[in-house]
Amino acid sequence: MSGLDERSKYLRRLVVDALTGGGRGHLGSSMSMVEVLRALYDSHLAYRAEDPTWDGRDRFVLSKGHGCLALYAILADKGFFPLEELLGFCRSTSRLGGHPERGKVPGVEASTGALGHGLPIGVGLALGLRMRRNPARVVVLTGDGEINEGSNWEAAMSAAKHGLANLTVLVDYNKLQSYGPTREVLDLEPLVDKWRAFGFATTEVDGHDVAAVETALRALPLDARRPSAIVCHTVKGKGFPFAEGNPDWHHKSGLTEADIAQMYACLA
Amino acid sequence: MRKTALDCVHELAKVDERVVFVGSDLGPGVLAKMRAEFPERWYMEGVSEQHIVGMAAGLAMEGFVPYVNTIATFLTRRCYEQVAVDLCIHDLPVRLIANGGGGVYAPLGPTHLAIEDIAIMRALPNMTVVVPCDADEMRRFMHRTADWPHPIYIRLAKGGDPVVSDAAHGFEIGRSIRMREGADGLFVTTGVMTQVALAAAAALEAEGVRVGVRHVHTVKPLDAEGILADVARVPAVVTVEEGILSGGLGTAVLEACSTDAPADLPKVVRIGIPDAFPNQYGSQQSLLAHWDITPASLADAMRARRRAAGAR
Repeated sequence: MSGLDERSKYLRRLVVDALTGGGRGHLGSSMSMVEVLRALYDSHLAYRAEDPTWDGRDRFVLSKGHGCLALYAILADKGFFPLEELLGFCRSTSRLGGHPERGKVPGVEASTGALGHGLPIGVGLALGLRMRRNPARVVVLTGDGEINEGSNWEAAMSAAKHGLANLTVLVDYNKLQSYGPTREVLDLEPLVDKWRAFGFATTEVDGHDVAAVETALRALPLDARRPSAIVCHTVKGKGFPFAEGNPDWHHKSGLTEADIAQMYACLA
Repeated sequence: MRKTALDCVHELAKVDERVVFVGSDLGPGVLAKMRAEFPERWYMEGVSEQHIVGMAAGLAMEGFVPYVNTIATFLTRRCYEQVAVDLCIHDLPVRLIANGGGGVYAPLGPTHLAIEDIAIMRALPNMTVVVPCDADEMRRFMHRTADWPHPIYIRLAKGGDPVVSDAAHGFEIGRSIRMREGADGLFVTTGVMTQVALAAAAALEAEGVRVGVRHVHTVKPLDAEGILADVARVPAVVTVEEGILSGGLGTAVLEACSTDAPADLPKVVRIGIPDAFPNQYGSQQSLLAHWDITPASLADAMRARRRAAGAR
């Protein structure tokens, strides 16, 4: 019913495993970006799971740190740390917290969680790589509610000024922020035009169509003299009918065994 | 002091290719020679302090040592979360050079007066807070910054401040300096308050009261050992800062006493900016007088504290 293939369901099961461990988490926010992360880590980013700080790696910054469950799932799947660690999510002895931390979780480039920090950091990374003549690329994934924060647009102007073709912004545009629809809380439209106006080469894609996301990523940089922005149209809570488009599932705590069973059932 | 600090960034850049300068929207020609010599390591990014601090964090993650410069209030209030999260949580070697500490921008009003900067920067884990007293000390300090592994908040004074520091004292981040000897009392100072305290100490000496001055250029990490050693030898201690009283140098000294020398707590009185935004313009000097931070008021405070301690 969800149209998700087995790998997408598998990655979602890893997220539910972590939710089971922590009893809480940003489910909706994580589910909208599973296919985008899958495309990034399966076919786009250069990395070495056994050597996470390898200098030749592409730098991926999850600016919407609250979506870390999906990031942890793909990092565990790729071998950055053991799959079993997902079960410790948010526990006092775990390195996997409710927001990802650099230096703690292998593969995490920046400690995020406060919103609007990833793109300024990404600009610094992209400038630094260029100064060092390092051809690695920088990809920053932001939320949609997140780009209410003005710091993103300060950074966007700077990225354009410096012609950072080695920098790409992906927007997880699930159109639902914590309180409700982005259109009602603080409308982002016309979103693609905004990025274009701020000096980015732009495209948009169905963020749950893995092949389409991969095609969009293969086209990077969209312009050799400008940063790129890909607006990924997604569905919050994707894969769980009760959570899709439902702001009540932006973040959930006090998850019951019945909740968890219902989630696994959706992924059968 | 500001020119010295920025000149030092250029000097450091010549010998250390990690050194990068990042300004917001500074005056025309700032670091023009560095820009000409190292165009790739000189940035002027516009009125966007949140971005600039994050960008500096990204540069530091790639191995650079960014020196960020703008007005103190904008570098602290506007982007406090970026300083806390991007710099301090990651514990990155970014240097924040903050123009106009305390009352320097008196004519410009309270939006530009950095009165609580020391207190709020000191509150952040991993942050180092340095307040040099003159241009000579600034130079000695700046040449110790390239390899300090943590973020540093550097508070600048007005400039043209009388030089009272001495090369013989050297400079070590986190180590305070005994600027003047005296067993009858002690001023504990930071930044250009050291000059004010030295003037007060000279006035007291004319009365036969010999008061020492300990200059605490590094407010964090605090040289508790050095300060408390001097505190133990005197009957009265007056801390002096051009900053709000809650959370600054005086608070730090009280905290150190409370932890390691509680019997000395009653010796200490604090002088600084009261809990209010200034309601007048004028000059740094007139504001200091308004705040009652003058050599005469320091001397009065010392006399009163000595009397309270039973000293003659």
